[in-house]
Amino acid sequence: MYKEYLTVSNIVGPLVIVEKIRDVKYGELVEIETGDGLLRRGTVLDISTERAVVQVFEGTMGLDVDKSRVRFLGRSQQLGVSEEIIGRIFDGSGKPKDRGPQIIADKMLDITGEPINPQARDYPSEFIQTGISSIDGMNPLVRGQKLPLFSGSGLPHPRIAAQIARQAAVLGKEERFAVVFAGMGITFEEANFFIEDFRNTGALERAVLFLNLANEPPIERIATPRLALTCAEYLAFELDMHVLVVLVDMTFYAEALREISAARKEIPGRRGYPGYLYTDLASMYERAGRIKGKKGSITMIPILTMPEDDKTHPIADLTGYITEGQIMLSRELHRKGIYPPIDVLPSLSRLKDKGIGEEKTRSDHADVLNQLFACYARGKEARELALILGEAALSDIDRIYLQFADRYEDEFVRQGEFESRSILETLDLGWKLLRFIPRAELKRIRPEYLEKYYLEGK
Amino acid sequence: MEQGKIIRVAGPLVVASGCLGAKMYDMVKIGALGLIGEIIELREDHAFIQVYEDTTGIGPDEPVYLTGQPLSVELGPGLVSSIYDGIQRPLDIIREKEGDFVTRGIEVPALDRKKKWEFLPMVEKGQSVQTGDILGEIEETPLIKHKIMVPTGSEGEIVEVKKGKLSVEETVAKIQTEDRILEIKMFQTWSIRKNREVRERLMPVDPLTTGQRVLDTLFPLAKGGTACIPGPFGSGKTVVQHQLAKWSDAQIIVFVACGERGNEVADLLLSFPELIDPHTGRPLLERTIIIANTSNMPVAAREASIYTGMTIAEYFRDMGYSVALMADSSSRWAEALREISGRMEEMPGEEGYPAYLASRIAEFYERAGNVICLGSEGRKGALSVIGAVSPPGGDLSDPVVQSTLKVVKVFWALDDRLANMRHFPAINWLLSYSLYTENIKGFWKDQVAEDFADLRQTAMQLLEEESELQEIARLVGVESLAVRERLVLESARSIREDFLHQNAFHPQDTYTSLRKQYLMLRTIIHFHNSAIQALEDGVSLEEIQVLEVREQISKMKFLPEEDTELLEVYIQIDKTFKNILKAKE
Repeated sequence: MYKEYLTVSNIVGPLVIVEKIRDVKYGELVEIETGDGLLRRGTVLDISTERAVVQVFEGTMGLDVDKSRVRFLGRSQQLGVSEEIIGRIFDGSGKPKDRGPQIIADKMLDITGEPINPQARDYPSEFIQTGISSIDGMNPLVRGQKLPLFSGSGLPHPRIAAQIARQAAVLGKEERFAVVFAGMGITFEEANFFIEDFRNTGALERAVLFLNLANEPPIERIATPRLALTCAEYLAFELDMHVLVVLVDMTFYAEALREISAARKEIPGRRGYPGYLYTDLASMYERAGRIKGKKGSITMIPILTMPEDDKTHPIADLTGYITEGQIMLSRELHRKGIYPPIDVLPSLSRLKDKGIGEEKTRSDHADVLNQLFACYARGKEARELALILGEAALSDIDRIYLQFADRYEDEFVRQGEFESRSILETLDLGWKLLRFIPRAELKRIRPEYLEKYYLEGK
Repeated sequence: MEQGKIIRVAGPLVVASGCLGAKMYDMVKIGALGLIGEIIELREDHAFIQVYEDTTGIGPDEPVYLTGQPLSVELGPGLVSSIYDGIQRPLDIIREKEGDFVTRGIEVPALDRKKKWEFLPMVEKGQSVQTGDILGEIEETPLIKHKIMVPTGSEGEIVEVKKGKLSVEETVAKIQTEDRILEIKMFQTWSIRKNREVRERLMPVDPLTTGQRVLDTLFPLAKGGTACIPGPFGSGKTVVQHQLAKWSDAQIIVFVACGERGNEVADLLLSFPELIDPHTGRPLLERTIIIANTSNMPVAAREASIYTGMTIAEYFRDMGYSVALMADSSSRWAEALREISGRMEEMPGEEGYPAYLASRIAEFYERAGNVICLGSEGRKGALSVIGAVSPPGGDLSDPVVQSTLKVVKVFWALDDRLANMRHFPAINWLLSYSLYTENIKGFWKDQVAEDFADLRQTAMQLLEEESELQEIARLVGVESLAVRERLVLESARSIREDFLHQNAFHPQDTYTSLRKQYLMLRTIIHFHNSAIQALEDGVSLEEIQVLEVREQISKMKFLPEEDTELLEVYIQIDKTFKNILKAKE
């Protein structure tokens, strides 16, 4: 039996302060029973000899100072896992949401997780073919990487994320694969889009979903991604599966964190977000990876909507400092009607170098990628120049680059939502476009590849 | 052991009562698990403790054990090739003991107690020694002779010295001091927050060669100097840091991965045993020490990690080595400081950082230097420090960047725009600076070439002129510039693309010796001068633009160091221009 306290003194925002407590630990899970017998759960954020500050997951609405009973459960928040978890849908605090039975747990796992020993990490180097040229060709994803989508309101990031989840495959391999999806503060429509898409493509059978919708308590969002990652770690490192984790939307997560921080009257960092936002985000993002000697892996695609498309906003900025690159979406391309509107220049995949080349994709991949970047960058510069001075003022070579940029966006970046291009198709498409540029200009490509591919088909 | 009692836990901060007698920065152990912490504030008998491990499950009334010792590192044989966490616990041993995840309350000695080292004495019985004198040597790796030095305050006369295979805890020598006989072990401990003393500090005069052209030629760092690399994410800070760790000609590298990505540390760990140092032909790991406190490891240990690294670096400097310390990234360290400061409810300064941020940064970088070490022989050692800074949004007005720029002498400004164009290393040549160029001109003159400094100056001028001309061209179009000016644009582009742009992943291009850097730059400038002359002689710019020799110039960076073509391109330029002129006549 747990000791019950009737000593709630203050309720501030999502926080409840309990007095005269004994033997309570930092991070302990708490149950609060309201006067009308409803149960709320929370966790201890700050503890001293006199009082404990408890953050309530489901929000404090309906709680009172007088009748609330508080029980400290002597453990931190856990998730029960077993193989049955695959194919299920849960709410943001880990309760089944699909009218299915409770999971009979093989194991109870602490949702905060422990940091992977850097010594135990295996460097991610297996190329994942997403079938999207602007990712595979330009910013390839590898197994065990965390690569966020930086999006903005109204951009089609759910469609892109769903397309990646649908098409992602490692070349020449058939392995056990699962998708773990965490929705934080997303709307019913968005959540439904993913569920329907997974269902239609059969992906639902190998997916686990944790959904905290926009009208559900924001504080619950703090736990949602951690539940998802705990589940992913179990699938990857104990059941040897390759797991793709999609986290939508990290912006809402960070806002929930800010709400708690404000209620605790902490000194805010930039834009009111707590100073520990970086550490907090890292404690989730860093759970992606590979471990030496284990078959499974966790690849992570967090999605965030940048307020005002500003990538210097703390959420995007700190995410970019932790993740291994970013895929940036562009409103300009979206307006031009190009899907997927991936802005390749500010996008980056830091782990690409060991994932591409001979035996992985093709030996010329790195050079083609660099050359396409350089040419597209130059083409975009020419486009800006043409805007100011008029196209007539461009030199001949700049005009070629300008045309290149247009065709690049139209043929290379643009593709169908259900079109999956193999990496070889993507590279050949790259060469097709590069042939517009005079050979002497292609300085980023090694002569032997120019020899082999430049003339081919010309 | 004296004992206090926990009265509050808030994340990484624990407050304990009953701690009278404890000293600032003393190490403590917390609760039944024995989590390691450090006292950072004392109010009467209350001690404020930052805890280096996750505090979940810790609560009031649990005991706090006072060790009475400051947080220290162990200095002795076994450091090189190791990988430690922020408070010097060996991560490989932790993995062996605890598995793939880092659990809490692990106690592992930093140095292997069992391993026997072959100790070769360098002193004799009866000899008098002072602090810093070398008692003997150990071949720690084929690259590093580990010198066992007389610890601080142990001056006296040698009464006994051993020889042969010994473990770190065994006594290697006995010294008769004024009042007693001291037993000297192979390792010593040193508080991480205290500088190791030196006899004298000198001006840095030799360059730290890194093999990175934009750094060595344009913005060189001196051995014993300090540099910082601020830049937004994705601009290539870490790649530059890794390149420095790989190729710089320091004898010992201490790499502090402070609050950065786990996969990057994995990359270092997997690639360093295989990469070969161009200066010695041995694996790079044999001269490297890695301190890894990744972003998901406890935040307080992140604060300690750069001091742990610095103290180890100083120790090797004291042996007379040239040491380079890379801290990636100092912003994460500053954020850890901010987090702890916030939890202690201190009055914040700029951006929520504590008011003492600037002085802490200055103290840290001031531990670098070119020095004469303690000891009677007057060994010279150098400790160079390179700090990456990750300002929010790449904004250089960030307090961490500004405080750092006040103390460091070299500024390598990473530029988002260059990174987007995939120009790497994305170091902006207009914003960056080095205050060591004057100091090391002498070295260039003696060791590289008489005219190296002049060529560098010419290159800088061309780049400067290019940026001005580009402004004009943007307004009126390139076509309306004079031919000479258009040639300047061409030559500056050649400097950028053929010289400054360097591919870290190309086997030849990743490292360029100073000699090759000189040859490349000389050739590019020679082409420019010859082209100017040709313009005056009536050759048109279009003719110059299509010359085949330009392709040869652009391929120089991919040539092996010893390739004779590096010299031939220069002659080829002369021939080419002679031929054009001949054709004209």
